[in-house]
Amino acid sequence: MNTTQRVVLFGATSAIAQATARLLVQQGCSLFLVGRNAMKLQALVDDLRVRAAPGQRIESMNADLDLIDGHAHLFDAAEKNLDGIDTVFIAHGALPDQTACEASVPLTLALIHTNALSAIALAGEAANRLQAQGHGLIVAIGSVAGDRGRQSNYVYGASKGMLALFLQGLRNRLAPHGVQVLTIKPGFVDTPMTAAFEKKGPLWATPEHVAHGIVKAMRSRRDEVYLPWFWYWIMLVIRNIPERVFKHMKL
Amino acid sequence: MNDLQSWGRLFPVHSGSVWRPDERSSSLPHPESGGLLAYGQGRSYGDVCLNTGGTLLHTTGLNRLIAFNRSTGILRCEAGITLREILALTVPQGWFLAVTPGTRDVTVGGAIANDVHGKNHHSAGSFGHHVVQMELLRSTNERLLLSPQQQPELFAATVGGLGLTGLIVWAELQLAPIRHAFMTVETTRFANLDEFWLLNAQAERLWPYTVAWIDCLAKNAHQGRGILMAGRHAAAQDELPAWKEQVKTMPVTPPISLVNSLSLRALNTLYWHRAREGVSLSHYVPYFYPLDGISHWNRIYGRAGFYQYQCVLPPEAMQTGIAELLNRIAHSGEGSFLAVLKTFGQRPSAGLLSFPRPGATLALDFPNRGARSLKLFRELDAVVQHAQGAIYPAKDARMSATMFQQSFPQWERFSQWVDPAFSSDFWKRVMQPAK
Repeated sequence: MNTTQRVVLFGATSAIAQATARLLVQQGCSLFLVGRNAMKLQALVDDLRVRAAPGQRIESMNADLDLIDGHAHLFDAAEKNLDGIDTVFIAHGALPDQTACEASVPLTLALIHTNALSAIALAGEAANRLQAQGHGLIVAIGSVAGDRGRQSNYVYGASKGMLALFLQGLRNRLAPHGVQVLTIKPGFVDTPMTAAFEKKGPLWATPEHVAHGIVKAMRSRRDEVYLPWFWYWIMLVIRNIPERVFKHMKL
Repeated sequence: MNDLQSWGRLFPVHSGSVWRPDERSSSLPHPESGGLLAYGQGRSYGDVCLNTGGTLLHTTGLNRLIAFNRSTGILRCEAGITLREILALTVPQGWFLAVTPGTRDVTVGGAIANDVHGKNHHSAGSFGHHVVQMELLRSTNERLLLSPQQQPELFAATVGGLGLTGLIVWAELQLAPIRHAFMTVETTRFANLDEFWLLNAQAERLWPYTVAWIDCLAKNAHQGRGILMAGRHAAAQDELPAWKEQVKTMPVTPPISLVNSLSLRALNTLYWHRAREGVSLSHYVPYFYPLDGISHWNRIYGRAGFYQYQCVLPPEAMQTGIAELLNRIAHSGEGSFLAVLKTFGQRPSAGLLSFPRPGATLALDFPNRGARSLKLFRELDAVVQHAQGAIYPAKDARMSATMFQQSFPQWERFSQWVDPAFSSDFWKRVMQPAK
């Protein structure tokens, strides 16, 4: 009989996932970590194993999540390693250079493939497996950028927005089956992904802070959370600006 | 949120480039100009962690644990992890840092590079004595494994080497066994320095940890009065007190220092009279890290920032020398609530540039009052130089090149091991030709 939460993390070496993984280990979860960078992944496994109690399992597999054909195999491996799955956490993603994307359609599509299509593929696969067992949780990281298209960041925004809409539908479909779907919408987070930005001011949060919010939302069975909380109000305003006005704004 | 500054807030925020390694296999960047220097938590007071015009290697992303052997107490971790994170993990499992400085918010790399000491120097030496091995990344991207046995010269240069020999990527530390988180602490008041020396000599034989707080403004008959706090990790107990950490924050930087001669005199007198003597059980946090309970406490000194003056005087000169230093400080009316006096043990330091050496060390904070402060420090320097003592680089923002070179006689041997692509503001300052 399984007595720990079993969590699969996709994109485990991203800063937010890494901070979340540490909290999950603290809470006694067993983890299966999937990441692209083998050395970074092993460093995370070492770190978590030092923190874990004897009964907790920390396993990992190296994979490029852009290769959607490999996803089913990753789920199989996770199920085998953890004796089943309770939670699927989808955290991988890339932040593109918007101007470079504007100049290159292939780059735009590649980004949408990584952030939206591969994440949707994982969520879809997870949904079928969790629905069959009648319980479980799917968590995926969207973005406040997905709430409205803006000239400075609409390729990234579109990919995250697509993911959020898909998750919304999934939540509706899975609600009667005891499966929770949680969409996380972080604002500005100080991570290597945002290394190119000047990170000053009260809007920037640390990955640890966001991770605490994620774990809390998982526990309280939320559907969608903005992290930190004040982004809910910021985005409420931004979503409600009439398009006639919005299209002339520089955001 | 990424203002890279030193703790004394005397120097401008770093305006050059910052490179943040987020994994231990990363290679070093090629600096365009100005050289490289590791920056961890920015808790050194002066300019050893600054590199104007160069690149800072901000190591907070290197914060992973690598391995922990629960039976031997050997912990391997990346160098950007803080002592706070280590203690949170190991104390409940019965292991403590063999040596800890007065704050948990420093990185392992910083603790090694400044070869920090603690209240147990007389029984355990300094931080570097408990480094089993470490990996050093040179600017050539060569990775070297250093230990007292392997590459002993470069090991000795890197311990206390102020980050100048390369980037410390990870380290393996020998921890010390404890029963639980509480300390047995004996508090004793002393009326003057003579009493301190007697009391301290006795306490050092009986207690692994000793430290004294001094009322730096008391004059004449009261000069050198203070409180000696001796401690040891407590034996197993039938019942442990409940303890919960409470953190307050200094929310803003006042325009001028809140520490002045009036507030200080009142506070010091109150503290001395209110001290409860006797033996008690104390959680390790208030015993070792009283200031960790007030985050951003450095803001209390106002916008101009503050200096810390920490020196060591050798045994033959320490009694007259410390009295002379306290005399001059009391007469200046400057100085801080936090004046700390401690004797170092005989154990030779592990690093070529290590600060700890036999004798007594005195540390005080001073609000920055410009020329007035600097004039007082020059007077204190004269006393320290006369006693053939030294100033602690981790705390320093202004000692002269001459003073550094005289008091760290191994600096020439050390400089052969400096990585040519690494530098710091401190190093440039003390490497000017001695006058």
